[in-house]
Amino acid sequence: MSARLEAYRPGIRAGVGFGAAAFVVGLSFGVVAQPTMGSVAPIVMSVFVFAGSAQFGATAVLAAGGDAPTAIATGAMLNARFLSMGVAAAPALRGGPLRRAAEGQAVVDASWALAARGEGGFDREKLLGATLPQYPLWVAGTVAGVLLGGVVGDPAELGFDAIFPAFFLGLLAAELGRPRALPVVVLAGAIALALTPVLPAGLPVLLASVAAVLGLWRR
Amino acid sequence: MTAVWITIAGLVVTTVAIKAAGPVLIGGRELPAAANAVIGLLAPALLTALILTDTFARDQELTIDARAAGLGCAAVAVALRAPLLVTVLVAAVGSAAVRAVS
Repeated sequence: MSARLEAYRPGIRAGVGFGAAAFVVGLSFGVVAQPTMGSVAPIVMSVFVFAGSAQFGATAVLAAGGDAPTAIATGAMLNARFLSMGVAAAPALRGGPLRRAAEGQAVVDASWALAARGEGGFDREKLLGATLPQYPLWVAGTVAGVLLGGVVGDPAELGFDAIFPAFFLGLLAAELGRPRALPVVVLAGAIALALTPVLPAGLPVLLASVAAVLGLWRR
Repeated sequence: MTAVWITIAGLVVTTVAIKAAGPVLIGGRELPAAANAVIGLLAPALLTALILTDTFARDQELTIDARAAGLGCAAVAVALRAPLLVTVLVAAVGSAAVRAVS
């Protein structure tokens, strides 16, 4: 393997593990979405949207009888955190505006957290490498979920809804060694929980980004 | 059925735009040191918020259900330095077990 491709290997290796989780969560998306959307639409959504929380959120709105604009707005708010993540990743990406926009599509939670360095730097090859295996496994999981829908029953009964928080907790553990990480965790948690009852889902997560300003404190 | 396809089209456009915004607007400019000090702490802030809302929020309501048991199991696995996949499996099993008996 050439030196250029070699740089992507650590990301790809981690991405296979992330991808296994993405497959299971994709499967539960397929199971949940199939009764509302039929068999083709959930797969098309996973192929072109590739953002788990937004897909679940928009589907929940449609399943409850909501209209398309409400479903789109819900998904967009659940995706709002990618604004913060995109700003952090931007300096590390390459090329002109179009290529940067394309590379920015690789930002998904797990890959971004893996690629974010504590001092504000960002590892482009880790981001792209880690997303590479996750994308096909996310789509494959959705296909499996649509096909297995009637067989596996309610994914929540199998504990599938505990997968994302556990997954993020594992990623968070790797961050806790950083200076000032603990006060940021406490403040971000307080913001997210305090705003959940008063703002639409998704915005509390975006606004929890504000906790990171503690990084300016007594540098 | 059309509502589903309009939703998919709308999500594609908004997701691509949201993910492209930072990279296109900031481009390759190096950010000032103060901005990097903040950005370096975005990961723990966002991950914490995702964990808590995914576990304790049901739409706009805060609740404690089987997902909390799953998160507790995950915390034990993390404390024992289990690999990420094991952590995820332990959480799913713990949450499913609580749901089965409750």
